[in-house]
Amino acid sequence: MTTREIVHIALFAALTAALGLFPPLTLPAVGVAITAQSMGPMLAGALVGAKRGGLALALFYVLVAVGMPLLAGGRGGMGVLLGASGGFVLAWPLAAFAIGWAYQRARFNPGLPGEVAILVIFGIGLVYLIGVPWISAVAGLSLWQALVGSIGFIPGDLVKIAVVIAITRTVRRAYPALSQGR
Amino acid sequence: MILSDYLPGTGLLWRLPPGIKLLALAALGTLLLAVPLLDLAAITFVAVIALYLGSGLGWRVIWGILRPMLLILAIVAGAQWWLFDALSALMVALRLAALLLFASLVTLTTRASDMIAALERALFWLRPLRVNPAKVSLALSLALRFIPVLGSITAEVREAQRARGLERSVIATAVPVIVRLLKMADDIADAIEARGYDPGNETSRSTGETRP
Repeated sequence: MTTREIVHIALFAALTAALGLFPPLTLPAVGVAITAQSMGPMLAGALVGAKRGGLALALFYVLVAVGMPLLAGGRGGMGVLLGASGGFVLAWPLAAFAIGWAYQRARFNPGLPGEVAILVIFGIGLVYLIGVPWISAVAGLSLWQALVGSIGFIPGDLVKIAVVIAITRTVRRAYPALSQGR
Repeated sequence: MILSDYLPGTGLLWRLPPGIKLLALAALGTLLLAVPLLDLAAITFVAVIALYLGSGLGWRVIWGILRPMLLILAIVAGAQWWLFDALSALMVALRLAALLLFASLVTLTTRASDMIAALERALFWLRPLRVNPAKVSLALSLALRFIPVLGSITAEVREAQRARGLERSVIATAVPVIVRLLKMADDIADAIEARGYDPGNETSRSTGETRP
């Protein structure tokens, strides 16, 4: 692993932490607060690929676990990671890895439909596949109840995907060195 | 910027090695989830409260941790009550509260830097998997340094975009921040290498890893 890769891993871990500082938006229609933080795994995977993206989010998880209050709303520590929403945070490294893998396969240029598909499947699907059973296990709810309780977040996730696509495309234009596998 | 929930202290819990505390947390979590008995959950809950009080952390600290969780606890217990009965609701709520309180106790009594040092020592066991502890610790300390730097870069960019009337646009803030960060990453990587940093040396001999 090169020094540049290590720096990128630390950078995207820190970026995910910083995204937690954005004030949460509350959607008036559904009344669910969405935070910018879950864009972290999408941006990391889409910009620096599977290895660095996945490790960046794994590093973020470790930093939260040792007690840094880096999750949205200034939460942190083992208590939150074992709580109801802990499964989503645990899913982020895998999501970042999967998104990065898919982007790399498409040489970081999957086209708009491809980008939407990658981010919906891995950025939403994979994250809920881990997060929802986790809620059901921790809170003692059935899978179905946990799923219904989480479904209100999906519109917010779709908005985030649109924002991530806009950001990654612009960043790639402004910093073409990224696409050359640096 | 406060970067840890650590409360200074000198009691036994503060002096225990962080590794032991993490193992105890993992063991307690496994036990409570594997044995869903009301008695066990209640005893654990009382024991954890006793640990807090015995370490000089008063009810105010306990309440400070429990208060933000009350809504979640109520939802969880309510769902259990509705699905099963009051006793299992009580069991689930006590179990969750005990685990969260114990996990917070680990965080409250361990400095984040000690926890990271313990992790670095534990990473020694990952060497056969070609994980180099020196590289992991470089990544950890870089990330800790980047977080406040990122905060100030974000503040600068937001100010610049406010002058253009764009301070509410996530994209107009995020793109310049990320591009500046990527440029900074290149400079930092060059600077680290220019100072002869080479954590791969030792490992490359033992694992045969080659560096560019």
